[in-house]
Amino acid sequence: MIEQTTTNAQDNTAPLVPCWSCHGPLPAGDAFCSTCNAVQPPASVDHFKRLGMEPTYDVDVSGLDKVYFDLQRSLHPDRFATKTSKEKAFSQSQATALNDAYETLKDPLKRSDYLVHIKGVSVMAEGCNLVNDPSILMEAMEVREKLAAAETEADIAAIAREAKSEIEDVVTGISLAFKGDDIEGACQLTTRLKYLTKLLGEVRQRRAQISSS
Amino acid sequence: MATLLQIHEPGATPEPHVDDSALAIGIDLGTTNSVVALSSDTKPEVIRGEDGIALVPSIVAYAPDGSAIVGQLAKTLLLDRPEAVVSSVKRLMGRGAADLKKLAGQLPYDLTDDAGEGMVRLNVAGKSLSPVEISADILRALVERAEEQISAKVTKAVITVPAYFDDAQRTATKDAAKLAGLEVLRLVAEPTAAALAYGLDHDAEGLYAVFDMGGGTFDVSLLQMQKGVFQVIATGGDAALGGDDFDHAVAEHFLSSRASDLGEVEISSSEAKVALMTGRIAKECLSHDESGEWVIEAGGQSTRHSLDRETLNGLIEPLVAKAINTCREVLLDGAVETSDIKGVVMVGGSTRVPLVRTEVAKFFDTEPLSNIDPDEVVALGAALQAEALTQGSDTLLLDVIPLSLGLETMGGLVEKVVHRNTTIPVAKAQEFTTFKDGQTAMSIHVVQGEREMVDQNRSLAQFVLTGIPPMTAGAARIRVLFQVDADGLLIVSASEDSTGIESKVEVKPSYGLSDDEMATMLRDSMQHAEEDMQLRLLGEARVEAERAMSAVEAALKADCRLLDDGEKAAIGNQIDAVIQAVRGTERDLINTEVEKLDEVSRPFAEKRMDKGIREALAGVSVEKLEDGFTGES
Repeated sequence: MIEQTTTNAQDNTAPLVPCWSCHGPLPAGDAFCSTCNAVQPPASVDHFKRLGMEPTYDVDVSGLDKVYFDLQRSLHPDRFATKTSKEKAFSQSQATALNDAYETLKDPLKRSDYLVHIKGVSVMAEGCNLVNDPSILMEAMEVREKLAAAETEADIAAIAREAKSEIEDVVTGISLAFKGDDIEGACQLTTRLKYLTKLLGEVRQRRAQISSS
Repeated sequence: MATLLQIHEPGATPEPHVDDSALAIGIDLGTTNSVVALSSDTKPEVIRGEDGIALVPSIVAYAPDGSAIVGQLAKTLLLDRPEAVVSSVKRLMGRGAADLKKLAGQLPYDLTDDAGEGMVRLNVAGKSLSPVEISADILRALVERAEEQISAKVTKAVITVPAYFDDAQRTATKDAAKLAGLEVLRLVAEPTAAALAYGLDHDAEGLYAVFDMGGGTFDVSLLQMQKGVFQVIATGGDAALGGDDFDHAVAEHFLSSRASDLGEVEISSSEAKVALMTGRIAKECLSHDESGEWVIEAGGQSTRHSLDRETLNGLIEPLVAKAINTCREVLLDGAVETSDIKGVVMVGGSTRVPLVRTEVAKFFDTEPLSNIDPDEVVALGAALQAEALTQGSDTLLLDVIPLSLGLETMGGLVEKVVHRNTTIPVAKAQEFTTFKDGQTAMSIHVVQGEREMVDQNRSLAQFVLTGIPPMTAGAARIRVLFQVDADGLLIVSASEDSTGIESKVEVKPSYGLSDDEMATMLRDSMQHAEEDMQLRLLGEARVEAERAMSAVEAALKADCRLLDDGEKAAIGNQIDAVIQAVRGTERDLINTEVEKLDEVSRPFAEKRMDKGIREALAGVSVEKLEDGFTGES
């Protein structure tokens, strides 16, 4: 992953930097110069701030889509195809940073992982990787056996239903944990979510196997 | 407010671009046929030849003097002078000899033997040509067709590539355009271009699948379409599966019966070409007829062959099943069920084959859409995008990388750095460390593909990061950064973090052309290479001049009060000097005048920074002193 340094600069007190194009002042972090409209290099901010959101787990996905699309509409390299090479390069960096932020925040699992990372660096330096939890390992083996034995669409649908419903519960749990500032709890549930997401992928694969044979 | 001296409105500067017109065309560079289109006011139209036909066969015939004949005429020469005519060259783009070994038996090409590590070369009409050069000839013919139609010079284009093209194949396509003197504004994936044409035309919203089967390539993409946003969710395909393979299947069927009729053992290359052509004709006929009979005439002997649709279906069924299986995998990748899909758009000539249509309908459980001519829809989308890129637009294409990119690690294993179906542009870094004490160099091998072992994937590039300071094993921190741009092209750089030693390579695929080769080709095959290059540099200088002028003009508009009349006049005069230079064609003069403008406006820039900082401080002090004093800065 690309490391992002977090800054907590407030918009209204952001230091002024010169625009590379018209050399006039602009608040650090602005995507465009308010005077000459030239695209600027991307700011070093976290994913939430980049998409103008509060750093919380409860993200409204359709709202996220809208913010992301609106920003890409003005920053994507397609808008700079006839511009100078410098503008093309800045636009590419901007669009790249946006894609990274969107990809992370859209997915409930990556979002949780990321939020644990920025909120609890000191608590869980090594990240949410508690795969050595023996209960999860046992459970995973049992479900995989069940999946391998599943021969009909209905068998698989039952396993999928169970996994999906538990994912919903876990996501709710993660949300509550973050609200209560329980980073460790959020981390444990994130591990569980990792396992469930992987399981759902295997379910899809098995389903494809059955329908193609 | 003082009146500004001679300041032109941004964009109203005296048209320096009249000669190198802002027109950009869209090109579908296909395996079997190519199409060129132009869009204005978001109404794209294909450009037809004198015969009223939009399709240009992607076939090139070389005359004894080396000149190229492209299209229908070349197609008619295919049977008479097979040794001087090349078809389906797209299949060889970015391919090395090893890639083609498995195909060699069935491809009607005469490959040059000593191509070594690089891209294959073909023996055509006594010359050795690379697929890039041959593709460049096709592109030149398409540009000519467009220029005749609009009576203006065309230098910019959007070119489509199969979504499933890897980095080597995309690079080869871009190189071909460069050889043909075309600036590629963007490489766009064919199904994405089709979705753009289709979506804008039909106000489509929701999740759509694009099933794109052309002559030599097959793609399937899943797109989320909404209010002008075309977001690719997942894509998959086979860069070597298409209608050509149907032709091969039929041709082989014919040839085996011919062999038994004539008692032949060896099949000559020209016999294979005739059989292929007959196979294609038979396949096309059976799209509307139930059965028919065809004659193969070669080497002075003719044989008769009958075929009905059911037998044809039997011959091509395994190929169609392969495509359907890819659809299944793409849905899996996108975590999507067939019931989520609102419609399936059919693209490419091979979707006219009845078995393809019925199998696609069966798999997606919906009647596929083909309201727009499947042969033209990709070029129409490319033209729309060309217009959007040059004239501005509200639509947004968000495409993905089709194949994972990774690095070789211990034991020939691949460590994936960018996963397939990641939205581009993208940048991802991966950290590695040294393996031995005192190790000062590290070999970096970049591969593309989904398999676990290096040799099962496409090798893109290899380079060595040197100058790592000797440390104990595991102490160095080598950071390898993959950057993929909006064309889907990769740049890899590596640095050692504790010392900042950096090694940057623009990935030139192992099977691609080296810069030297490219330069030689430019010299050899294009008389106007130097002239074109100068024109391009002039164009770039003008774009930079426009940027510099509009920046200063915007600054003047905002802050002209900071200047006295003399300073204003000095800047105004220098802007005039830039305008004069831009009207001319001397690149150095333009650059010099732009530099002078930068110099003459520097004090102005300083004043503007000062003013900005003063104002910011004033704002802060007012807030801080709010309860007692009124701040005066």
